[in-house]
Parts: sequence; C-alpha cells; structure tokens
Amino acid sequence: MTILRTSSTAVGSLAVAAAIAAAGLLPTTAAAEVEKYVIDTEGAHAFIQFRIQHLGYSWLYGRFNDFGGSFTYDTDDPDNSSIQVDIDPASLDSNHAERDKHLRGEDFLDVDQYPEAGFASTAVTWHEDGTGTVTGDLTLRGITKPVTLEVEEIGAGPDPWGGYRRGFEGSTSFPLKDFGIDYDLGPASTDVEMILSVEGIRQDG
Amino acid sequence: MRLSNTQDSYGLLAVTLHWLVAITVVGLFALGLWMVELTYYDDWYRSAPAIHKAVGVLLFIVVALRLGWRTRGPRPAPVASHSTLERRAAATAHVLLYALLFAVMLSGYLISTADGRPVDVLGVFQVPALISDLPGQADIAGKVHLYLAISLVSLAGLHALAALKHHVIDRDPTLLRMLGRDPARSPRGRRAPAPPLDS
Repeated sequence: MTILRTSSTAVGSLAVAAAIAAAGLLPTTAAAEVEKYVIDTEGAHAFIQFRIQHLGYSWLYGRFNDFGGSFTYDTDDPDNSSIQVDIDPASLDSNHAERDKHLRGEDFLDVDQYPEAGFASTAVTWHEDGTGTVTGDLTLRGITKPVTLEVEEIGAGPDPWGGYRRGFEGSTSFPLKDFGIDYDLGPASTDVEMILSVEGIRQDG
Repeated sequence: MRLSNTQDSYGLLAVTLHWLVAITVVGLFALGLWMVELTYYDDWYRSAPAIHKAVGVLLFIVVALRLGWRTRGPRPAPVASHSTLERRAAATAHVLLYALLFAVMLSGYLISTADGRPVDVLGVFQVPALISDLPGQADIAGKVHLYLAISLVSLAGLHALAALKHHVIDRDPTLLRMLGRDPARSPRGRRAPAPPLDS
C-alpha cells in the first residue's frame, strides 16, 4: 500500500518509485542470507544508555549521544549473528553540563586521552525462550574487556517506508574499576549498568 | 581620609575596592583549585563550588562598580618619579588586569550556565543563563577559566612585585598611595625624585 501511495504521489518521478518498489520487494528474496543492518542513529531509533545508583537512593541515567554501528542477523542460524558499535565517549549526556564535564574528565572517562569507545561481539547464543546472550569486547577509557549482554529481540518487520527493520535491547553491568575508574561514588555505586537499545535498517542488495 | 580620589592620592573608596578585589581574586583562585580536587564524600563537595560561584558573581558587581567609579572621579596622576616606560607598563598591566578579570568571570559563568541552569547566589538571587548549549561549552569554558585565572593571578603577582619594587628599591609612594596615604603629607612624597641609576 505504501509503495503504491508513494508512486502515485511522486508524480513524474518513476525512477524513484521503481527504486522504492524494488527495495520493498527484496525481503522475500533475502530470507536465507545473513542479513546486514545499519543501526538507525540517523533517525535516532537507537540508544546507548547507562545508569548508576546515586548514593543507593535512586538511579542516575545518562546516555551517549554520538555512536554508530551495524549488526548482522542470520535468519537460519541466529547464533551466527554479530554486532559492533563505535561510541564517542565525549558525547556523554546526563542532562547536567557540569556533571558531564566531570564525567568526561580524568576522574572518569578521560575522553581527551581516550577518545574512542565501543563494543564488538565475539559470540552470540540464543535461548529457547527467545532471549539471547551476546558476549563481546567493551572498550572504555582505553581498556578493552569482555562483557556479557543479556539480550532480547524486540521485533522485526517491514517499516511503512519500504524498508525492513529489526531491533534488540540488551544490558550488562560491570564495576567501574574494571575500566580504570576508581573515583569513590559510594558503596552502592561501584557498578554501572549499560543498556544498548538498537534498531537496525536492513541493507539490501 | 576622604572618600574620593584627588589629583595625587587615592580616596577611601578606591583603596577599599582595590584591596577587596585583590583579596577576593586570590581567595577565589585558591578556592577554585582546592574545590576541583574534592571528592564525592567531602563535606565541601557541594558547598565549595556554590560559594565560589556566588562570590564570583558578587565580585563581578564590585569590579563593575569599581570601573564605574574609576571612570567618573578624578584619577591620581602617576607618581612623578616614574619613568615613561614604567608608566606605560603600569597602564598596560592595569588594562590587562581588568580585561582578565572580566574574561575569567565570563568563562566561569559559561561553565555553570552551559545547560541553561542559572547561577545561584547563596539562595538570595539567581543570574539567568543567557548563553547555553554551545558545543562543548562547559568543557571549553572550564579550560579557558583555569588558564585565564592562572594568567590573572600571575599578572597580579607581577603587579604586586612592581609595587614592592617601587616601595623598597625606589622608595617612592606608589604602594603607600594604594594604602590610602596622601603623598603630599608623607615624607616620601616631599622627597625629591631619586636620581636615575646611570647618572
């Protein structure tokens, strides 16, 4: 329906309509391949959040605004899937400029010294209940260490504009000191939880 | 001691404002360097920055008043024994000190207002955020604030050394004038200018 509506309104632009129609048709022929997805940061349907306890009394949430990445999904053998994300740690945003400045500084992420962060999966395992475990290397503050994300697939299917999307959410928790951050935020705040919530747009052809 | 300046002496207001600004600048500099090293569980972790900001805002008001007073009333002429070079160097330093003062205060204000939050002055009033959300505002303003503050205190140190040089070596009334002495009534003021060293 969308394709028809698009082609009827885009008067005089048959080539564009044909391209959109072709893209819309491809899903039926790509079923047996390893699907490639680009994480939709352009449309901001992806979020890298973190949260940490404040004094043990509440959760403080923050996120990284600038990142990019991709994932693959093997429809025949989902364990043969992978994901990689590059994060700009300087884009940290906890909705408080002075705190963000501190978090970007030497006491925490030291982004001047370590301007790169990211995650790359090394192993993916899907369970019977539809959840999965993604193991991979997380890089923060110049240190790369393996972490394990508990993941669930949120959904997949065609979008209203001729594309095909798939989304996951996963989270992991680790001590700040694993990545060289030993600033004392109190006994309730030694660990941080990172939440990766991504939607990918399938790259066809 | 009269309130206003005369042709060759500083009045009570000018002297008071000078030393008030001097003590506040040195105090804020020390407080600023100390407070950024505090950690989360220090008692002063929250209050020290709050005091630093509030005193900074009050200092801005004082410096603005001081500059206003300086431009309105009579200004004492340079001490007669000062050479042309000394006069020019002193005048340049004074302009730079004022420029650095305002630049340090502006950069500090830009750190605190980077996300649109106002600067609170001891719960009495707030300075609204006029410029916010510039890219990297808090971080860049923070670095600028530190380096300009170091420059300001260094130049103020040079300014103080020059005053001591006039007092101890040249034995002229430069420093005494800023302590409120009237050179016309002090022994140093009546003394003939010291002969140049090369004569």
